[in-house]
Amino acid sequence: MYSFDPTEEQQMLIDAVNKFAVNDLRSAAHEAEEGRVLPKKLINKGWELGLLQASIPETYGGFGERSAVTGVLALEEMAFGDLAGTLAVTTPSLFAMPILIAGTEDQKQAYLSKIIEGEWVPFTAALIEYAFDFDPNELKTTATLEGKDYILNGEKAFVPFANEAEMILVYANLGGQTQAFILPKGAAGLTVSDEREKLMGLNALPMYRVKFDGVKVPVSNRLGGVQGMDFEQVLASMRIAAASAAVGVANAAFEYSKDYAKEREVFGVKVAQKQAIAFMLAEMRTEIEATRLLTWEAAWKIDRGREDASNDAYLAYTGAMDMVMMVTDRAVQILGGHGYIREHPVEMWMRNGRGFAAFTGLAIV
Amino acid sequence: MPIEFEAPKPITQAQFVLKTVADEMMRPKSRYFDEHEHEIPWDYIEFMHSAMKAMGGSALAPREGSNGSEESDNDKRPPIGYQLIAAQLEALSWGDVGMYHCLPGGGLGAAAVYSAGTPEQRAKFLARFNEDKPTFAAMCITEAGAGSDNSAIRTRAVLDEKTNEWIINGEKIFVTGGDKSFTEYEKLGKGFIVVWASIDPAAKRAGMRAFVVEGGTPGVKVTKLENKMGIRVSDTAAISLVDARVPFENILGSPTVETNTAGFKKAMATFDATRPLVAATGVGVARAALEFLKEKLVEKGVQIRYGLPRQKLTNIEREVIDMDVMLKSAWLMVIKAVWMADNKIPNALESSMSKVKAGDVSTKVTQKVVEILGPLGYSREFLAEKWFRDAKITDIYEGTGQINRLVVARNILGYSGKDLR
Ligand SMILES: Cc1cc2nc3c(=O)[nH]c(=O)nc-3n(C[C@H](O)[C@H](O)[C@H](O)COP(=O)(O)OP(=O)(O)OC[C@H]3O[C@@H](n4cnc5c(N)ncnc54)[C@H](O)[C@@H]3O)c2cc1C
Repeated sequence: MYSFDPTEEQQMLIDAVNKFAVNDLRSAAHEAEEGRVLPKKLINKGWELGLLQASIPETYGGFGERSAVTGVLALEEMAFGDLAGTLAVTTPSLFAMPILIAGTEDQKQAYLSKIIEGEWVPFTAALIEYAFDFDPNELKTTATLEGKDYILNGEKAFVPFANEAEMILVYANLGGQTQAFILPKGAAGLTVSDEREKLMGLNALPMYRVKFDGVKVPVSNRLGGVQGMDFEQVLASMRIAAASAAVGVANAAFEYSKDYAKEREVFGVKVAQKQAIAFMLAEMRTEIEATRLLTWEAAWKIDRGREDASNDAYLAYTGAMDMVMMVTDRAVQILGGHGYIREHPVEMWMRNGRGFAAFTGLAIV
Repeated sequence: MPIEFEAPKPITQAQFVLKTVADEMMRPKSRYFDEHEHEIPWDYIEFMHSAMKAMGGSALAPREGSNGSEESDNDKRPPIGYQLIAAQLEALSWGDVGMYHCLPGGGLGAAAVYSAGTPEQRAKFLARFNEDKPTFAAMCITEAGAGSDNSAIRTRAVLDEKTNEWIINGEKIFVTGGDKSFTEYEKLGKGFIVVWASIDPAAKRAGMRAFVVEGGTPGVKVTKLENKMGIRVSDTAAISLVDARVPFENILGSPTVETNTAGFKKAMATFDATRPLVAATGVGVARAALEFLKEKLVEKGVQIRYGLPRQKLTNIEREVIDMDVMLKSAWLMVIKAVWMADNKIPNALESSMSKVKAGDVSTKVTQKVVEILGPLGYSREFLAEKWFRDAKITDIYEGTGQINRLVVARNILGYSGKDLR
């Protein structure tokens, strides 16, 4: 059967996340972006919604089970508030979800409950590398087996909260395959840059470069143990997460510019009454819906363990990348000169919108 | 039901069967009928009619129960009538969208009777599609001076109180299947056309009504069959009505003019149901073109490396992947719109969005495929160039791309037709 109705619980979650996104994240977003800081209180409030906690089974200290569909519904809604805030709140998922998806029983026992037992604590992950041809399946950071340890060498970029992270999940190239390794804070040979990343957007989110210079990781800290893990699964979950966040950002821009166009007068009518503007809005709404449905379907396939889930996730992400750029660009255009002024959020959404092409690995469901 | 994307069994079964029909009955004849415009594909029509009868009736005329009314209300399974039709049309249009239009059954004409007619009218006019001979019905709104702005129609219906008949005068154009629905052919059952006319021009939209005009009615004539860019096997008729007399009870909706436009709106709701179906046909053509392109690429040893970051892809890979994205999302939008129809959720917005999307996608994809295939794409030895010509109609009929954008925009802005013209 086809069906497009979220369950009652999902709807309750969406409503709760929406409240937080609009009342808390959105209202703090401008100041956070300008001041380059997200209040911990804000992050904790988002954390208390329990998105990650609800994805983790009771045996590991949580109170639910993983659902990619629920994940994308919630993430879209939160990103509707603010992207930087959303990525901060969900940073611990970058560490926890791959363990839940692909970790050994021991790894799940060892880490999951620790991450979710109390307040938000920065557990993070490092996937992105500083190269124009960055490809998650062909990493330049390497892992090599030497005796009982893996040795990591290379450099990662855009690692959220690396400076204060309790632990980092590091993705590296092991004989041509992307595998992940669990690293504690302060491991020998691991250095976090002093300076934060300077990016076009996401200024509120503290992100760092991380260097690995012969860092030793015991075999037991390889994600999935000696057999390792199927990275495709993890990557697919990252891609639909990015896609759903893109839908949230696009929807924010759409709603804002729509409301603006209904207020703004030009030549004696509301600007929304001009077809040139109204048609843009119609197309924005249509393309948002298109990507949302692609994302839902890919998430549903992930939950069902379908073989083509990974390809669908790739297509959803590919579509989302273009869609969010198109929508946020038009939102700025609809506000005219005012759209270019930082007092309105649309220019920030447009800056964030372009980032999705580089954001694989900053969110996961 | 929670969010799900599992195609129901009847849909996958229909897709399987119709793939064979497309391969055996449609594709081999596509080129012939493209080059012999105005010939009628009798073999196909007769085959489809008997096949559909064998399967339990005319598949594409909405039947009682098939869209959630009557019988399926007692049935616990959610209704999937419109979803099934959308899947069937997509599959048939993958075969040949022009030939799909030659599928016997009620088409848009029956859809109008179904949504605006009384139960008696439905019983009276719709039963014929399950008779022995293939039978057609068509919808006549458009006139030379009234296309997108269908409130500008000049066709008039006046009640002759003595005989209790409507007398209709006017000129309709671009009637899909108008010839097969109206002209009496020995191989066909008696069809009808649904003619839109005003019973009170001063009342504008509130005065517009649809009338069932039986095939062969005196005073009504097919005056022309258009020569078209594509979908050539589908007849597109001009029909003139001169003092055509129609029984009183053939009016769909109320015979008196209300001051509001509720009646008109109800009839227009036909389009909320049929727009995603037209969108489905566009998806079908586009899928045909894209699959053909992929076959040719495989033959030439060109691989599409799905999963690679965008900046590492070749141009062809990017184009193909973008087309996959477009096609997949257009189909999902169709499915969502018809799922809403099946579940009686108002879907004016989703219907029009699916039509906007499919109009864009079918034209873009078929254009790109011809481009990428170069001389092979442009050559009439292959069907790609035909699909390009066929696909363009998706963005024109049942509301042009612009009209559907207007519907979407009014919907999201909360505007009336006056606020946004
Ligand atoms: C092959 C074929 C089959 C058809 N089948 C049927 C059928 O079975 N029954 C039937 O009744 N009709 C049928 N039609 C008619 C079809 O629905 C109309 O052609 C269509 O609605 C457009 O009307 P028009 O051709 O008069 O264009 P116009 O209305 O003259 O439009 C011209 C251009 O102006 C744009 N435009 C119009 N209004 C606006 C506006 N308010 N804002 C912005 N842009 C606008 C249009 O999008 C278009 O680009 C068929 C047409 C074709 C070609």
